[in-house]
Parts: sequence; structure tokens; C-alpha cells
Amino acid sequence: MKLSMWTYEGPPHVGAMRIAASMKGVHYVLHAPQGDTYADLLFTMIERRPSRPPVTYTTFQARDLAGSTADIFKTACREAVERYRPDTLLVGASCTAELLQDDPGGLARTLDVGVPVVPLELPSYQKKEHWGGAETFYQIIRTLAGNRERPADIAPNSCNILGPSALGFRNRDDVTEITRLLERNGLDVRVVAPLGATPADIARLPEAAFNIVLYPEIADTAARWLKKTYGMPFTSTVPIGVHATRLFLAEVRALAGLAEMDEGDDGTDRMTWYARSIDSNYLTNKRVFVFGDASHAIAAARIAAEEMGFKVCGLGTYMREFAREVRAAAADLGVEALISDDHLEIERAIIEARPELVLGTQMERHIAKRLRVPCAVISSPVHVQDFPARYSPQMGFEGANVIFDSWVHPLMMGLEEHLLQMFRDDFEFNDDAQASHLHAVSPSASPSASVAAEEEEAAPVPAQGTAEDDMALWTSDAEKELRKVPFFVRGKARRNTELFAESKGIHPITVETLYDAKAHFAR
Amino acid sequence: MTAVQNMPSRDPGQDAACRSGQLIRERGQHEVFCGLTSIMWLHRKMQDAFFLVVGSRTCAHLIQSAAGVMIFSEPRFATAIMEERDLAGMADMHDELDRVVEELLQRRPDIRMLVLVGSCPSEVIKLDLSRAAERLNRRLAPRHRVLSYSGSGIETTFTQGEDNFLAALVADSGAQPTQAPPASLIIAGCLADVVEDQFGRLFRDLGIADVAFLPSRSSEALPAIGPDTRYILAQPYLGATAAALEARGAKRIDALFPLGEEGTTAWLKAIADSFGVAPALFNRITEAPRQRALSAMAHYRPWLEGRKIFLFPDSQLEVPLARFLYREAGARIVEAGSPYLHREHLAGELALLPDDAALSEGQDVDRQIDRCLAADPDLIVCGMGLANPFEAEGHVTKWSIEFAFTPIQGYEQAGDLAELFARPLMRDVILSGTRRPAPGGAA
Repeated sequence: MKLSMWTYEGPPHVGAMRIAASMKGVHYVLHAPQGDTYADLLFTMIERRPSRPPVTYTTFQARDLAGSTADIFKTACREAVERYRPDTLLVGASCTAELLQDDPGGLARTLDVGVPVVPLELPSYQKKEHWGGAETFYQIIRTLAGNRERPADIAPNSCNILGPSALGFRNRDDVTEITRLLERNGLDVRVVAPLGATPADIARLPEAAFNIVLYPEIADTAARWLKKTYGMPFTSTVPIGVHATRLFLAEVRALAGLAEMDEGDDGTDRMTWYARSIDSNYLTNKRVFVFGDASHAIAAARIAAEEMGFKVCGLGTYMREFAREVRAAAADLGVEALISDDHLEIERAIIEARPELVLGTQMERHIAKRLRVPCAVISSPVHVQDFPARYSPQMGFEGANVIFDSWVHPLMMGLEEHLLQMFRDDFEFNDDAQASHLHAVSPSASPSASVAAEEEEAAPVPAQGTAEDDMALWTSDAEKELRKVPFFVRGKARRNTELFAESKGIHPITVETLYDAKAHFAR
Repeated sequence: MTAVQNMPSRDPGQDAACRSGQLIRERGQHEVFCGLTSIMWLHRKMQDAFFLVVGSRTCAHLIQSAAGVMIFSEPRFATAIMEERDLAGMADMHDELDRVVEELLQRRPDIRMLVLVGSCPSEVIKLDLSRAAERLNRRLAPRHRVLSYSGSGIETTFTQGEDNFLAALVADSGAQPTQAPPASLIIAGCLADVVEDQFGRLFRDLGIADVAFLPSRSSEALPAIGPDTRYILAQPYLGATAAALEARGAKRIDALFPLGEEGTTAWLKAIADSFGVAPALFNRITEAPRQRALSAMAHYRPWLEGRKIFLFPDSQLEVPLARFLYREAGARIVEAGSPYLHREHLAGELALLPDDAALSEGQDVDRQIDRCLAADPDLIVCGMGLANPFEAEGHVTKWSIEFAFTPIQGYEQAGDLAELFARPLMRDVILSGTRRPAPGGAA
């Protein structure tokens, strides 16, 4: 048993639903009790899709357990095929139905529904959402693309894109971006799957020269099988970030037998220049903590270190399946990988690492908010707002531009907030001051003696220890002096001074201590 | 399993006598949350309680997705996720649960009441949570009280989780020694604090003392029940709670539910009559708020009058909501679906529904969607999984879950309740640019 407040991944049948909902002409009959239908809202509400996912639930109840839940499954199966007339039927059980051992696959076969049936065995008590998605995608491909004849004359520049799925982080836009990029490079993209694919498309997968694995979490198993069965090579670079996009293009061009590309700037990469521009100077060595699914986390860490000039102070994933890859990436960056799906443990690691920016999932967004650290979301699980209306890819050159914006903006917003804090005693910026451009007409601001008190109340509560402890630690003069330190180094100054004071047994911290510490830590 | 039985109600009860509309009983795919989701408001209401679901990863995923927005960074609910080693018997489930509880209490020593919530898988494997609660109670009381109930989807829908929780509270309060004098009146059913306070003031003004609310805001303020205790339901989904209260000797006051001016007045009047409050006093105390409710309602009536409304089953509030829409807003009810119809508790409500409104109990969602589309209503009240697909097809929808989360009971909320239905219609007018005579004050 495992105590969980939040989970990073749903159960494996939700992964299967993501594949079913990605495709056309597929229907999933899920043996499940009432309540499991909640999963529909992941698609209709969180992803804001205009249609229900193609899933029929059997909705068995307690009183059915004494009778035959298998019959309920068969009825639901028959009716779903009649109503939705799918080209392919997926059948499986959710965690509760798994305990009943009704064998949906066997039952569906006895029904002879007239369409290919893909039985899914997704062990709910061992596995999780991404595994369920990958396994479902693989089983669909095995069923529909197995025993095909590979055509004799396959154009070497033909490829499939594997892995994008419903509920994936920005997958919709990534596919657009990468397809465009590949086509500009003379590649012929045949099938994109599972997103938007039909069962007939799946059957055509062996007709391309090679596969592009955009999201290993979903496509790895399938790509390996296609390689083993049909000798189709697949790509290993995930094109997130400018460097990775260039590597990806080189890899793809090599697979397609195309000449090496000269590294000409096609004008779409603004990220590289923006990161070099003088106003980005303050990003230098910002401490960044990265956590998410494996591909996005690894990519984010590399971008942070190599393309943004940040200092990666933590890297981790909740996906044990990809622990090896994440460990290797972390070792490259000189940190130890955090492989865990316990958000409390991740919270502890973040506190420990003292980052200035957190790149994570919806969970890390909460953690960062509580710690008052800026945060950008880079990976699922996500919130409805991470399915933006605008075009917002993560992959390719445009994706890198989007990433630059979405990581730097939280830092800049922090900058503004802190500037206001920093200048709050300034004669022009304090709360009682009138807006300068309205000087002649604005009514005089009401005197507010309580402003200071309110501000104190609204002041950030330290994550650990009470405010009183901190008060006692610093003299009020030293505390005031600390506030004169620019915000972007103030946190560091506070921590360094406290470390210094502790090591020297100084109590309380005076203005003198503050500057002694500054000299001590100066490099 | 999905035979639709379109038939006139055969129940000999009052509802059948009063209305001839069809009753549709369905058995098929339900698009309704399970009882676990009531935790979403229960943990906000009872502020020292912590709800620990003993279930699967699906349960954990459900409650965080249904909370949807994942609003609370450290919620007062969690899941003890059963894993393969638990099921395979490699670990003793009760030992495992004790360990998880210990871990939890170490992190949150402020928890006064720990509630173990049964789920589908824990029910199917017959994990005895009441025994676990007893055992934990022996060890942890009086610092922490431990209760249990089932919120499993094989037994409960959405609001029935609250019903089971309240029934467990009632049973537990019978087991606890108490010095508190018994309540004279218990208001059963979660109400928003603001609504509770409003009713509290009205009871005081009516001279009714020793009123207790179930659930209370704190686990230590649970009402005592004596031989003279009367109770009234504030929510229509409390069958098990009513039975538990009656088993302890409390007597039910029958009334409409306090939705809208009419429902609130009838509900308060039933209480007042039961306590012998003079009609003149009742009229004097309720006069002003009644007028306020009526005038607030009047803003929205033009938006709702004559509109065809279809309610999918969700919270069991559907029948009282349909009554409110029909009687006070002049809307036409195409179908009011409810996961379950408690005929005795709803008798008064059912009698006030129009004859041509279809009532449905249970659900076969595909067929219900067919009926809904065929009727082409002006407004569809439905769950979160269905709303966007309906919107995408050009229908106007309202999320039914909001009626469980928003304060809608009582006089001061009558206008808010009407607005919940009117707002999607107003929005449709704004977005579609339809020129429509501006209803007085509503736009």
C-alpha cells in the first residue's frame, strides 16, 4: 500500500483510453464500475475536446457481482459495436473488473463482433498510465500491422511519426511543427500515429522506410517491435530545444539517405539570439530544478544548461521505465537523478536544491507556488490551461522559441514583483504616492497607516520555521539592510549569511555579519 | 441490462397518484461520479477531518481529476493505493493500512477525525474497513477518531458518498459517550457555511433552540440524539442517513427541499409547524427574505420562462431543481434524471412536477443522449464529461456539479440558483449575437 496525495500518472486503462481517443474508428469497451467514467472529463474538460472519448463502460454494480458481470460485459460489447460500428474494438478491464477475472478478451472473441478485437491486459496494480498507453499502442500495431508484406520498393525518405497522443503535452502542435520541418527537409511523412490515425493507417506502418519516435513514453515499445519485425530503424533524438532539433534533423536525414544539411539559419530560431541578447544576462547560472516525464525532463535540463545558461540543480522523473536515460542525463549535468513518483519526496528535494526556477508538472507548480519560486510547466500531468488555444509547440525551432518565452516570463514576472517590493519605500513608488502621469487630476490617495501592517501580513511565510525564529535570528537593522540587497540575490544573501552565522556561532545576525558573510562567500 | 422500460410509474405512492408523466428506469452505462467524489466538499466542510480512500490508482486519479483543477496543494484527502503485493497476499492489508495511517498522522498530527473510505476494489476484495477503523480507534482515540464508510462506485453515486459518511457519523455518535444535551432539531445534509448561518438566524428568530447541523464544521461538535430529537433533510440524497437517524429514535419532518422561495418557505414552515411556531411569527420573520428571494428571482425568470430543460442524472438534486425551474422560473422540464429516486423523501417534490415531464432513474447514457438530442432542449444540465461535447454540437449546457458546490439553498440564494441556469443562456445570446429583447435588468 502506498500513501498518495497526488499521483503523476493515472491507471494503465487511462493510458489505453488516450490511445483510443487519439485514433479514428477505434472503440474501447472497458469493464468498469460506475465512477470510472470520470476519465471522460480528462478529454472533454481538461483537454477541452469537442467529443466524448470512444469508450463504453460496463458500469457494473454491487448487486451484479452475485450474478454474471461477464454477461453485462458481453451486452455492452455487442451494443457498443452496433452503435459505434468501429473498425477495431479494444476490450479491457479497469482495476476493479480485473479483480473479477471476467477475461474481456476471451468474452469478446466468443461474441464474434465482426471487427478486429484487441484484448488489453493492463495490470492495474503494477503498472501506470504511460505504460498502459505504450502497451495499447503496441498491441494495436501488432494486431493490425502484423503479418504484412513489406513492399519491395520503399522510398528511403518515407517515414512515420509515432507517439503523439490525446492528453499529451502540446502533442497536437508538435506534430504540426515537426511534420512541417520534415517536409521542408525533403522527408515524406506517411502515417502519424496514434494521433489522428485510423486502423487502416496503422496497417500501412510497414510501408515506410523508418519511424520517428517523437514520444518514447508511448512509442518506444511499438518502434522496437516494428524494427524487429520489419527491420524499420527508428530515431532516438527527441527534437526539443535548438540543439536537439539540429541533431534530430541530422539523424533523420542520415536515415533517409539525404546529404548532410549545412547549418544555415532559416530564420525561425529566435531562441538562440534571445538567449544571447544583453537582457538575458540576468539568466546566467539561474538555479533550475527540472522534473517531469522522461523525454521532457531530459530535454528541459539540456536546454536549461546548454541553451539558456542556467545551472541545473536537480533533475528527475516520475517514470521508473526511463530511469536509466534520466540518470545518464543527470550525470552529464553533474547532478544526481531523482526517480520518484512521491510528490512529497520531490518537494523535499526542491527545498533542498533551493532553485530560482522550477520546471515541472502541475504538482511542481503547486510546490513552487508554496515556496514562492517561479515555475513553468514542461510536462504532463497538467491543468486545462496547459492546453492553450494558441499554437504552442515544444518541438522544433518554433518549440524552442515557445520554451524561451514560457521559461523566462515567470522569472520576469518575479522580477517585476520584486522590483515593486524593493522600491516600496521609494518616494515615487510607495503605496501612498499618486501615479506620476495623473499628477494634476488624480484625487489624493487616502492616507493608509495600515498599509505597512497589511504588507507584513502578506509577506511570504518562510517554508520552514516560524517567522519568530527568523526575527530572532536577525537584528532589525540587519533585516533592513538585507532588504537593500537586490531581490535576485537577496535569497542567496540571506541563506549565505545564515550559513555563515551558524558556522561561526554568531547570534543574532547584525549588519556587520551580513557584510562579513558577503566577503566570505565572494568569489 | 439496458432494457428501457418506458412505463407509467407503478408505485402506489403519492407520486404516482399525482402525476402521469412517464418514468424511465434504465440500466446501462452511467455517466455519474462515484461516491468518493463527495470528499471534495466534505473535507472543506468538516475542517478537522481527513479522508483516506483505501483503493486503487484509479481512485487517486479520480479524486484529483474530479477536483479537476487540482486546487489544493496539500489536500485533506489522500489515497492508500493498493498494490500487487497487497492483493497477492504478500503483505497483510491491515498491517499495511496501519502503516499508511501512521505515516499520514506523522505528517498531519492535526487530524482529529480520520475517515477511511471504502472503494470499488476494497469492497470487491472485502477488505473490512469498519474492523480496521475499530482497531485503529482503540489505538488512536481519543486523540484521533477513526470512522469508515463506503464511497465505492459499485454501491454509491456522487452524493451518496455524503449520505454514507453522515450515516457513519450518526452511528458513531451513538457509540460515543456524550454529556451534550440532545439536539431538538437536526438539519441533515451538507450546506455551505453561509447558508447554515442564514438558517441558524431564522431558527433563532423563530424561537427554535438546540438546532444542530449534520455534518458539523468540527468533528467535535457532532449532535447528540435523544428521544425528542426531530430531523429534517436539507438534501434529497440522504436515505441511509435518514435511516440511521431513525434507528436512533429521531423523527423526520417531511417537507419540500429548501430550493427557491417556495421550497425554502415550505421547508421552514414544516419545521415551524413541527415546533408550534405561531403562524403570525412565521410570517413576520420570513416576510422580508421571501420578498428578497422573489425579487431576485424576477430578474432571471424572463430568461428561463418557457425554456425546455433536460436534466441528466448526477446529484439526486434533479427533482427539486426541476420543481424549482418549473414552479418558480416557468421552465418546461423535458426530463429530470436522477441516479436514484427516493420516493418517500421526494413525494412532495414529485407531486409538484408537471404531468408532461419525464422522470428517469438510473441511466443508459447513450440512450439518454438520444432522447435529449431528439427533444432539442434549450438547456442541458449534465455532468462534466458530457458538457463540452454537447456545446460542440451547438447545445447550451450547465454543469450539474455546480449545484453540489455552490450555495443554492435558502431565500438569499434563490436568485443565485436561478442565475446558475440563466447564465449559460445569457452567454449564448452574447456569443451568438442574437438580438433578443433585453429582459428587465437581467443582461
